[in-house]
Amino acid sequence: MPQPIDITLAAHRLTRRYGTGLAVAELDLELKRGEVLGLLGPNGAGKSTTMQMLTGNLAPSSGSIAVCGIDLLEQPKRAKARIGYLPETPPLYRELNVDEFLAFCARLHRIPRTALAQAVQQAKARCGLADMGRRLIAHLSKGYQQRVGIAQAILHQPDVVILDEPTVGLDPNQIRDIRALIRELSANHSVILSTHILPEVEAVCDRVHIMHHGRIVFSDSIEGLRRSQQTEILLLGFARPPTLESFIAMTGASAAQRRDNGLFQVPCAPDSALAQTITQAAARNDWGLTQMTPEHTSLEDVFAALTRTEQNTEAAA
Amino acid sequence: MIATLAWKEFRSLFASPLAWVILAVIQLVMALVFFWYLSQYFEIMPRIQQLANPPGVTEIVVGGSFYFAAILLQVAVALLSMRLLSDEYRNRTISLLLSAPISSAEIALGKFCGLMLFLLIPVGLLTLMSASLALGGVVDWGLIGANLLALVLLLAVYSALGLLISSLTAHPLLAGFGTFMALVLLMLLNILATDPNATSNYLSPLSHFEILAKGLIDTSNLSFLVILTVTLLVLASKILDRRRMQG
Repeated sequence: MPQPIDITLAAHRLTRRYGTGLAVAELDLELKRGEVLGLLGPNGAGKSTTMQMLTGNLAPSSGSIAVCGIDLLEQPKRAKARIGYLPETPPLYRELNVDEFLAFCARLHRIPRTALAQAVQQAKARCGLADMGRRLIAHLSKGYQQRVGIAQAILHQPDVVILDEPTVGLDPNQIRDIRALIRELSANHSVILSTHILPEVEAVCDRVHIMHHGRIVFSDSIEGLRRSQQTEILLLGFARPPTLESFIAMTGASAAQRRDNGLFQVPCAPDSALAQTITQAAARNDWGLTQMTPEHTSLEDVFAALTRTEQNTEAAA
Repeated sequence: MIATLAWKEFRSLFASPLAWVILAVIQLVMALVFFWYLSQYFEIMPRIQQLANPPGVTEIVVGGSFYFAAILLQVAVALLSMRLLSDEYRNRTISLLLSAPISSAEIALGKFCGLMLFLLIPVGLLTLMSASLALGGVVDWGLIGANLLALVLLLAVYSALGLLISSLTAHPLLAGFGTFMALVLLMLLNILATDPNATSNYLSPLSHFEILAKGLIDTSNLSFLVILTVTLLVLASKILDRRRMQG
């Protein structure tokens, strides 16, 4: 049975100014139930500022935020009850042990006394903290502190979980665990996570927004992203290379370029017959085809292209 | 909610050795002071007996000790209040409170109550010492009650001021120093006033404490301390709100 479309978080024309600088500019964002949204961008792109606004830690200069239809700025208490937030630095009281800390957080979120122990148990189990209850937070490793931070964010079963760079500073095993946890969370919660690590987005997100200079410069589903990635570049090597002009004339690949190392590069849609045309032309003209390698445009390239053009236009301005 | 925050604050205070050291030192000093006032009383007792209306043991020993506590606890409040919010800013734990469904006023009030809860320990011990006078003589319970009330209200002003100053900076030491200096200044307004009716004397919470501690419980002095406390707490919660605006 298809789930009804249920918007858990909607931000409209969200803007934040610092003095004269714009940290976030007219950002629109929508999150559906069960969706994992990746907020991607270089450092200083406005990801953290956006998340601080979405969680009510920072008042936007203009714009509106609604959590499950409740306006965050007008009814902060009701709206915040539906949000779980892990900031960049996990907000942990180092002098408390894990159980005490989580019990405190549960009370902050008004979890009834009778349900408190179970909520804490459940959050600990989900974050792999089952045996850590009596440990002082100050004595935990960075990875476990991060888990406590996440446990704190999901403790009260919020509709929206907002995680600011949840895997930063963790070792590869811990990163894998946290990613699995995020995937698991998406069954019951909507998740927004910010990162500047591209494979992370591919690993866990359904949708991605790329931010740069406070604006969303790219927004698509992960499938859309993969599709755009499938625009391949073919790298061609020839024993007796033709000139670029004659290559273009023979194959009709008008966008072909010659690289410094002598290889030809040709953009090529995955289902086009261009590869066939090239091999035939190479055989006919005795170019001696030595290499034909497809080169994927990776997410890195998309990202670099988007953020670099912005920089260029800015430098030009 | 306020109780939750207050209890957490109370627990956190005891996590640092500072709180234990403060408690121990204050108790030691207060016991010495109490004993000193007691011996003073015995020394002057033969002489003051000839007065028409001699001051009792409660007035001299309890009154003196509570006044001394009012001065001494300024240091404790400065040291204990400096971390209330500054530490939260510095360790970025404040976002836990700001993203929870609680208001800034609740945060301020919770922190304030936590500190007050702690301060009630030395005050309680001092009250017990005063009550122990009953073992060897007749004490004026009303006067002890007045001193207790006056000291608690005075400490409420101190704590609210400390919380406010702590809300202004992410540097606990700066907050502690600021609070201490502000408290010293308020104390000097009272001590240096030549005319007890001067405005500067009126502005010092200590002058209102003195009147209340004499047993003159009147609305004007009570409300001065209460209103001052409430005002400082409201200011602190406004500062917390403003941090959301400024980031």
